Amino acid sequence: MTNPEKILKRYNLSREHIIQILHDIQQEYNYLPKDVLGQVARRLKIPLSRIYSMATFYAAFSLQPRGRHLCTVCMGTACHVRGAPNVVGRLEERLKVRPGETTEDSMFTLETVNCLGACALAPIVVIDGEYFGQTTVDKVDRLVDKYYEKETAQ
Amino acid sequence: MKKKQPSRSFRLDILVCAGTGCVASRSFEVKEELQKEIARRGLHGEVRVIATGCQGFCERGPIVIVQPDGVFYQRIAMKDIPFLVEEHLLKGRPVQRFMYVPKPEEPPVPKMMDIGFFRHQQLIVLRNRGRLDPENIEEYIGFGGYRAFEKALTEMPSQGIIDMVKTSGLRGRGGAGFLTGLKWELCRKSKGKVKYIVCNGDEGDPGAFMDRSVLEADPHAVIEGMAIGAKAIGAGKGFIYVRKEYPLAVKRVEKAIRQAHKYGLLGEHILGTKFDFSLEVVQGAGAFVCGEETALMAAIEGRVGRPRTRPPYPVESGLWGRPTNINNVETWANIPQIVLKGAEWFASIGTKNSKGTKIFSLVGKINNTGLVEVPMGITVREIIYDIGGGIPGNKEFKAVQTGGPSGGCIPKSLLDLPIDYESLTEAGSMMGSGGMIVLDEETCMVDVARYFLNFTQGESCGKCPPCRLGTKQMVEVLNRITEGNGQETDIEFLEDIGRKIKQSSLCGLGQTAPNPVLATTRYFRLEFEAHIREKTCPAAVCKALISYYIDPEKCGGCVVCVRKCPSEAITGEPRKVHVIDQAKCIKCGICLTICPSKFDAVKKLSPVIK
Repeated sequence: MTNPEKILKRYNLSREHIIQILHDIQQEYNYLPKDVLGQVARRLKIPLSRIYSMATFYAAFSLQPRGRHLCTVCMGTACHVRGAPNVVGRLEERLKVRPGETTEDSMFTLETVNCLGACALAPIVVIDGEYFGQTTVDKVDRLVDKYYEKETAQ
Repeated sequence: MKKKQPSRSFRLDILVCAGTGCVASRSFEVKEELQKEIARRGLHGEVRVIATGCQGFCERGPIVIVQPDGVFYQRIAMKDIPFLVEEHLLKGRPVQRFMYVPKPEEPPVPKMMDIGFFRHQQLIVLRNRGRLDPENIEEYIGFGGYRAFEKALTEMPSQGIIDMVKTSGLRGRGGAGFLTGLKWELCRKSKGKVKYIVCNGDEGDPGAFMDRSVLEADPHAVIEGMAIGAKAIGAGKGFIYVRKEYPLAVKRVEKAIRQAHKYGLLGEHILGTKFDFSLEVVQGAGAFVCGEETALMAAIEGRVGRPRTRPPYPVESGLWGRPTNINNVETWANIPQIVLKGAEWFASIGTKNSKGTKIFSLVGKINNTGLVEVPMGITVREIIYDIGGGIPGNKEFKAVQTGGPSGGCIPKSLLDLPIDYESLTEAGSMMGSGGMIVLDEETCMVDVARYFLNFTQGESCGKCPPCRLGTKQMVEVLNRITEGNGQETDIEFLEDIGRKIKQSSLCGLGQTAPNPVLATTRYFRLEFEAHIREKTCPAAVCKALISYYIDPEKCGGCVVCVRKCPSEAITGEPRKVHVIDQAKCIKCGICLTICPSKFDAVKKLSPVIK
């Protein structure tokens, strides 16, 4: 695992780039670990409270470890009128979590996003960066099954 | 610089759309397979495969176009490729079954420009869409790119550029519609040596994706526009703020900036002049309010993106207290064409007060989902029927929602409304960034209003009470209406509090947040009243007000729904009529989606069955 120092150096320890730094840290650790944020605060000489306020204000950041697979449901208007609420409802039921939470077995983190701008494919579900378009309640059911099958096969 | 002239030594160019929509429908795999098949047939010396930016007709992805013939193929699957290569590329016979068919009874349309979706468009900003590789600066230059910048830099005085943009009548495409040339002039005249320019690519309106597409398909047009603006205003540094949800756009813009530096079009002493200008990409982190200019600047400065009061306006005191000019992606991308073709040309397109074209993202309950660029003044009907191909499944058109969470809806009675900034505002909606969400008879207007209010409420930064608390109140009332607990006074309450939020909020987000509700109570009052008085949802959407029901006349007894029902609410045996136990039903809708179309037995009813 990269030292946070490497990420900080990438941005010349510039405070202005704090959002980009947090992005890179999340990319590296999969979330924003408390001790790493402490290190960032010390090195950039800004209060940890300010970093905490950034991390909680922006929806992209997570202070909790996330699951092995990130399942994102688009809640844009086009997805909404084509049935996204039913899709996310089904995923909540199946995974027994609410959006923003991670399943007990750390398999999935369920997230919603305002709009991915791929409205032609509404309603959209993205798992680990792979887009699944025109989803239905039944389709996401099969998707979840597929991921669990893959996991047990390994 | 011009050593590689595109499409000279090749007999055919195969353009594969690589916009986000088509990529999601596996267009990269299609491209690879095409290349393999072409090589296998020994055609690689005469046929070239190019990944292009978004074509706009996202519904039909993956899209493949054969040039110079201009033949348009849609929904190309991996298994279609060998046949396509053999027939069209080898034998020269275009394949009808991969072509676009407007209606089942009509013949296929071979050429792209004969398809209604494309024919009625007028391209200025999107002129390069789908014809060049956005990751290759030489192609952009080959199509006349950076000539406008060269002209602005070497032949035009700064004030001359500003006058030209003013005369063109270009207005901000981000939503508010402020005159671009005037903004530039104000920034230029502001005191201070250090000035900045910013490109607002934080396209937050759900259902709008034109900025994403422009950044993906033609990043150099935005960079060129900004470089011209920087010269006119006297700025040495610019920022392109792109939302994090657009990873492909971020990648392409970053690459384009690196290429422009390499070619001496950014950096120091550009084209041998004394002009220095550099660009940096800043990624957002998922906050809608950052599309508001003061919040966006806070985010660029590395702070929490909360708006502040204006004045001072950014043109006087923006980034780090310096004069800053902020324009949206589409606005910047218009600039090179205005400089090249002149202000009069641009002003000749559009209506009296709204010049040029506007890109709309046509989504929702529409046949031809995608991005369209049309002249201002076009009617809603032309967009929805001539370009959009109407509503799918012979459903009835109900309304079109424009302007996202800040806008409202245009009902059927206004289908012939010519679209410009003023007409939309008068109709109780707004231009916004250009999202057009088409709604049909199966869309509940109360639910749509609730959706938007819920959205703005969640995105409220919390700084000012009218927005933070007022929208919360509105959401609570809308929730209870959709749940069947609405009260007689609720509509008046929503209208009253909505007006107050508009008057007293700090920034544009709060000042426009009530619009979706105010517009729907204006045009669709009866639908609100049905929810409140009769406890019915006429469109059968609101969960608390509907029941799922199996039509015994139609049920084929296939037990598919019995097996799939997650709450074991459906009982029935093979070849016998199935029944839903309303007490157990959780209204997830699985039975409706999986009931085989030959039976089509599951229905949604409102009000609920007791």
